[in-house]
Amino acid sequence: MPGGEAPAHNAPVTARQGAGEGARVRLRGVHRKFPGGVVALDGVELEVAAGEFVALLGPSGCGKSTLLRLVAGLDLPQEGTVQVTGAGGRLAYVFQDPHLLPWRSVQGNVELPLELAGVGRGPRREAAAAALAQVGLTDARTRYPAQLSGGMRMRASLARALVTDPRLLLLDEPFAALDELTRARLDEELYELWRRRGMTVLFVTHSLGEAVFLAQRVVVLSRRPARVVGELQVGLAGRREPALRTTAPFNDTVRRLLAMLQEGEVG
Amino acid sequence: MRAALRAALPPLVAFAAGNALWEAAVRLLEVPIYLLPPPSRIAAALVTHAATLGGGVLLTGQAALAGFALAGVLGVAAGVVIASARWVERAVYPFTVLLQTVPLVAIAPLLVVWFGYGVRPVAVAAFIVAVFPVIVNTVTGLRSVDPHLVDLFRLYGAGFWAQLGKLRLPAALPNVFAGLKVAAGLAVIGAVVGEFVASYAGEQAGLGMLALTYARESHTDRLFAAVGLASLLGLALFAAVGGAARVTLRHWHASEQERP
Ligand SMILES: Nc1ncnc2c1ncn2[C@@H]1O[C@H](COP(=O)(O)OP(=O)(O)OP(=O)(O)O)[C@@H](O)[C@H]1O
Ligand SMILES: [Mg+2]
Repeated sequence: MPGGEAPAHNAPVTARQGAGEGARVRLRGVHRKFPGGVVALDGVELEVAAGEFVALLGPSGCGKSTLLRLVAGLDLPQEGTVQVTGAGGRLAYVFQDPHLLPWRSVQGNVELPLELAGVGRGPRREAAAAALAQVGLTDARTRYPAQLSGGMRMRASLARALVTDPRLLLLDEPFAALDELTRARLDEELYELWRRRGMTVLFVTHSLGEAVFLAQRVVVLSRRPARVVGELQVGLAGRREPALRTTAPFNDTVRRLLAMLQEGEVG
Repeated sequence: MRAALRAALPPLVAFAAGNALWEAAVRLLEVPIYLLPPPSRIAAALVTHAATLGGGVLLTGQAALAGFALAGVLGVAAGVVIASARWVERAVYPFTVLLQTVPLVAIAPLLVVWFGYGVRPVAVAAFIVAVFPVIVNTVTGLRSVDPHLVDLFRLYGAGFWAQLGKLRLPAALPNVFAGLKVAAGLAVIGAVVGEFVASYAGEQAGLGMLALTYARESHTDRLFAAVGLASLLGLALFAAVGGAARVTLRHWHASEQERP
């Protein structure tokens, strides 16, 4: 469905425990041009329902990170509106690389968002311990980022995002720099976290497989300047296990998505 | 312990060999003592005039340390102000470069006019030459903060002070230490040069003053002793800063991490 208009979008297909706790996102005619004349976004329409898991797929350099920064309020569009409702300030952002504070231990890094929010020492400790347990880093909490593997650093980065119990989780190719196996495992863990906590997730990725594996809905962006050129309801049932990646419905969905991407490349 | 010994051995051997060569050359060529005394004479002068020279070390050390501390505190503060906004940088930065180019010997008499004779103008002289590398390195450090981390702090609503205290200053620390290392040696040089102009000869004389007096009296062996002590003073201050840097940065910065 090429063109500037996004198709009408319905509520998440599957009812989940805790659904509706997440924030809602709405972008209307968003236009972002950088000094120097690069137009990154040109009339982006996007709506994300509360508790929905949406993957953003698009060619490299098309404006995905720009879009995510706009949603996070770190940047402003020249035209159009970006609305985030129901987040109550509980927004978290995970970058492609861990970007931890190297002078703080893992625990200190995970506590940072709470510290900046003025949360006291005791509750901070507790929340950090819980977040670290969720990503399986409890044993490494006293270590420094320089002493961790890439996968562990990314887990710490994820724990830092989860510690504020976000209503909206923005992830910008978070596992792209990791090896295939670690990436798959972290995908599964992220999916579990989302299923249990019901926050809204906006997940940027280059990988068709990752998008289909994780998301309820995949939104496809065109080459720069980015517009929404299509979208796909994934609707895969069941748990996210490694075996899912080899099933016929999974591969079917990936194929349909690929066709859509190629269409976006030409159109 | 063994590793420390092995690290200390080569410079010690080189030092001993250099001195032996010097001693032999001076004696064989019969160089006059007022031109170039042999190391044995310098060592003897060091012992004979231990009290005077020791007092000099204390006095110069005091002034250099005061100037260095001032340069550390004010240099970092100036760096923070300069890095806070582009227009401040454009307005102020060119003038800090003047600190670097001002001829200290020429300005020292002015320091006497302002601060009188004694340790204070000497400390200020040390400050003037030591502060520039601290400012420059602090600004560089504050400017090279990871923009993603700035985004993160903004996302979590961190204000100017939280960003400064929890992000920018810690991130700038490796650069600040680099600046302080350069400043350590410069502070001693500044103090010695300051003393040339701003102290009396007498009971309470610093190493610079002593060096000047010994030179006039052609006591070249004592002059060498005073100069050697001044160098050692700079070395000690440098080593202290290096130690502080190691303790502070060893967990996280590549510059201070042990490589197996
Ligand atoms: N601050 C900026 N100033 C100028 N141009 C920028 C800025 N940020 C991004 N751009 C440009 O905007 C375009 C989109 O960048 P963006 O980072 O959003 O792409 P992306 O889709 O995230 O790419 P990738 O998949 O490689 O991460 C690029 O051409 C980039 O060079
Ligand atoms: Mg990007």
